[in-house]
Amino acid sequence: MKKTVFLGALTVAGLVGGAAAAATLDDVKARGKLNCGVNTGLVGFAAPDANGVWEGFDVAVCRAVAAAVLGDPTAVEFVPTTAKTRFTALASGEVDLLVRNTTWTFSRDTDLKFDFVGVNYYDGQGFMAPKALGVSSAKELDGATVCIQTGTTTELNLADFFRRNNISYEPVPIETNAEGQQQYLAGACDTYTTDASGLASTRAAFENPGDHVILPEIISKEPLGPLVRHGDNEWGDIVRWTLNALISAEELGVTSANVAELASGPTDSPEVNRLLGTEGNLGEMIGLGKDWAVRMIAAVGNYGEVFEKNIGEKTPIGLARGLNAQWTDGGLLYSPPFR
Amino acid sequence: MSHDNIAFHRKHMLPEAPPPVTETGAIKWLRENLFSSIPNGILTVVSAYVVLTIAMAAAPWFFNGVWDSPSLSACREMLDGRTGACFAVLTERWNQLLFGFQYPSRLYWRPTLAFVLLFVAIAPVLFIKYTPRGLLVLTGLYPFIAYWLIWGGSIVVPVVALLGVLFGAFVYRRTMTASAGVAVIAGIVAAMVFWWAAGAVTAGLSGVMALEPVASRDMGGFMINLMLGVICVSLSLPFGILLALGRQSSMPIVKWICVAFIEFIRGVPLITLLFVANVVLAYFLPPGTTFDLILRVIIMITMFASAYIAEVIRGGLAALPRGQYEAADSLGLDYAQSMQLVILPQALRISIPGIVNVAVGLFKDTTLVSVISMFDIVGMIRGPILASTEWNGVYWELFGFAALLFFITCYGISQYSQWLERQLQTDHR
Repeated sequence: MKKTVFLGALTVAGLVGGAAAAATLDDVKARGKLNCGVNTGLVGFAAPDANGVWEGFDVAVCRAVAAAVLGDPTAVEFVPTTAKTRFTALASGEVDLLVRNTTWTFSRDTDLKFDFVGVNYYDGQGFMAPKALGVSSAKELDGATVCIQTGTTTELNLADFFRRNNISYEPVPIETNAEGQQQYLAGACDTYTTDASGLASTRAAFENPGDHVILPEIISKEPLGPLVRHGDNEWGDIVRWTLNALISAEELGVTSANVAELASGPTDSPEVNRLLGTEGNLGEMIGLGKDWAVRMIAAVGNYGEVFEKNIGEKTPIGLARGLNAQWTDGGLLYSPPFR
Repeated sequence: MSHDNIAFHRKHMLPEAPPPVTETGAIKWLRENLFSSIPNGILTVVSAYVVLTIAMAAAPWFFNGVWDSPSLSACREMLDGRTGACFAVLTERWNQLLFGFQYPSRLYWRPTLAFVLLFVAIAPVLFIKYTPRGLLVLTGLYPFIAYWLIWGGSIVVPVVALLGVLFGAFVYRRTMTASAGVAVIAGIVAAMVFWWAAGAVTAGLSGVMALEPVASRDMGGFMINLMLGVICVSLSLPFGILLALGRQSSMPIVKWICVAFIEFIRGVPLITLLFVANVVLAYFLPPGTTFDLILRVIIMITMFASAYIAEVIRGGLAALPRGQYEAADSLGLDYAQSMQLVILPQALRISIPGIVNVAVGLFKDTTLVSVISMFDIVGMIRGPILASTEWNGVYWELFGFAALLFFITCYGISQYSQWLERQLQTDHR
């Protein structure tokens, strides 16, 4: 009942919002700042540093869009959102763009009236358990207490997984990852479940990471991506192709180090030329200048650089590329051509 | 009869003997308080054991603490396997814990000054018997000065606000003779009209004595908790009094409105009101309006606190004997006078413990705003600090620090209220 009313309110708001704010691009340009919804704090994905500057994998997407649209990667107003407030923040127009490790699902895309513009991280839900528990598979977790973040897709996946395998569990609801980490370490639950990236970063912060294992089962598909409101396709296109440009740049070997050189004149590769605006007029088609992609790559780097800097194997989080490698390297990243 | 027949006859006073060792000093105290019976003795030994165990476990953690380190992993290396706290997170993120991560660091002196001035402003109210009446002017000016210091911007805004309040008060005084209710409404309307008119006139003066403005969303840390606590408690007192009086009113509409408001607010959890402030209001306001989030939260928390304080004060009003009301009437005082001079001073005194209880609870409840993604001290800890790669995994030190700050504040408030109760003690003991 409560949920229906809530979704109804969202729908009404979505209609009103969609009609009222049709030209997000103009709004952003007039404001001179991009309002970007991010996580209140997720290691490696979005967090302010000691000087209050936002950093992270999701944050880089916001900065890329700001660089492409406004020419300045720092012209972003980061609006921190929790799992509960993120969708209303987007639907009500408080943010232009939500990049908050949000899973692309059917109902969010359709019923909540949002458009997911792509996937910036392919994740999946896993389990972590203490070695001392002696569990080697999630299917052995019958009767276990499970720490689970409320209001997320992981909660539903968990119920599905245990029902499918006909085993029982007892959920211990938690609000944030930090709380989950502490509850798990304090022994409030036998196992902690969240996205595998989150588990890896959580485990990396433990005093004795070796005492805990991440179980082999990945029980869900969690494609995390940026999303925008329904009803403004031009704005959706800009965000979608910003993300695609980040991915294509890595595929084509364009980096923040060599982008200025490559953009100074036509190169041998026509697709690089089209991406960087030395050939054709792709930038103008989406209402940005010729050099939109150059500004963006110079500011934040290509997808691979962003990954390595924020969550890659050299960082404390130490995630491997895995599914998030380019399609040419056996991953799932596959940007449509710039043509 | 001769002296020889008497076997012994003392010729001088004995010196005072010391009392038995079990009836004096520490031993007496121990015997009476800790070991007065066998069950009490057992309890004492067990409690002492528990206290000692906790202290022994916590002591190395505390005294081995590392106060200077760039990250948790570096801190653990320094400790090299020993038990010890990483207090370095507090020193490294000190400013973030107090001011949030977006308040410009070169402007930290402004909220700090506002905090110091808070004591100057609040002292005349707290120690009203011991300070000259004239100092109350400082208290009245403080909200406007503090607003100017914390938010910055032109001084015209707080000055106009102050003048509006003064104008409203003037109108209230003038219409007082007609009827108290009319006077309150007339005062509020007058202030509104003044602000509206002044807003049009002073629109061009936005650069006069301007401090660098700081947006509400840039504020955070313990500063927000203090701001919300101080503002909401001080606003909810007058509203609470009005609601309590309104609930006792003989005018049915006023009474029903007050009853409905109080019962509705008390029936809804604070967190729900905060969600309404953060999420639902955005839908009802026209798109593009930016209604300051802190302001929305202040309104909601004030409403919440007013309802509770109204009930506390109603208790105080109900505790007064009927004779007091009748005495006030028989002196020929009208409603406003009888309330101001006879009823409220007594009722408020009875209500002090309850009001302080609400205030302390409310101050702690301000941490709930972290759930609607505001970065108060708990929000700062749970969000940015624990999500940084350097400090991911430090809990006890951070939350212990937050608890300490809250304890100091709340303990101070409760000590003050006990002192105040003793000061106002006039009843029959």
